[in-house]
Amino acid sequence: MVHLSNEEKAAVTSLWGKVNVEETGGEALGRLLVVYPWTQRFFEHFGDLSSPSAIMGNPKVKAHGAKVLASFSEGLNHLDNLKGTFAKLSELHCDKLHVDPENFRLLGNVIVIVLAHHHGHDLTPTVQAAFQKVVAGVAHALGHKYH
Amino acid sequence: MSLSNEDKACLRSVWKEIGPSWPEHCPDAIYRMFLSFPSTKTYFPNFDISPGSPQIQAHGRKVADALNKAVEHIDDMPAALSDLSDKHSQELRVDPVNFKLLKHTMLVTMAANYPEILTPEVLLSLDKLMEAVSRVLISRYR
Repeated sequence: MVHLSNEEKAAVTSLWGKVNVEETGGEALGRLLVVYPWTQRFFEHFGDLSSPSAIMGNPKVKAHGAKVLASFSEGLNHLDNLKGTFAKLSELHCDKLHVDPENFRLLGNVIVIVLAHHHGHDLTPTVQAAFQKVVAGVAHALGHKYH
Repeated sequence: MSLSNEDKACLRSVWKEIGPSWPEHCPDAIYRMFLSFPSTKTYFPNFDISPGSPQIQAHGRKVADALNKAVEHIDDMPAALSDLSDKHSQELRVDPVNFKLLKHTMLVTMAANYPEILTPEVLLSLDKLMEAVSRVLISRYR
């Protein structure tokens, strides 16, 4: 469970309302694959990941990033029960996808960087701190069912 | 993980634009680190941690100067940062996990203040730069 004050919840909701979830998702996943290239290990079937521009322009990267962020977005509606909300996804990532939970922390931070990039004025230190709690909470929830 | 020739070329070029104003913005990265990762405050028990605090300003500038030095001497960081490395190992002894936290808030601060410059490729090189600096600073820990 993530402990956000009412002000923090309001700040997160307000900034998220300005976010183009589809585009931001593609951008975040793309940047993850560029900056931490070992994360490409999960996406060998995505086609051309041979350069930063190939990655950022890759339609499968964009689509998958959009899907991931849509799921994250749904989590923002259930900050009081992230573990429950992401329980099934956690099992999937462990049992079928075999994703090291460290990757959730990496992606969470990349999402924050993309928010800073597009909404620099809105991502004040206090708002960032609230988002850091959210991404940490989501990462923790996604790792919770691992065994 | 070490800096390639492409990374170094990218960093030298990008630092011409970021470097001069970075001392003004770096304190914000320190402040963001204290807010987002409260455990980092344990290394600064006597600091005034309110926004705009003179101590945070001073410390931010110190960190910015060190990063400037690292880019200036990008081909020989261990020698250029030797005193800082000693200081971190003998006196400060900041747990290595914290360098990643400051790296993150520095990258966030850069993305917010230099959006046109922070392309994915540049983000990669800057991330690697800070990892390289961190490695030098903890190189004598044990």
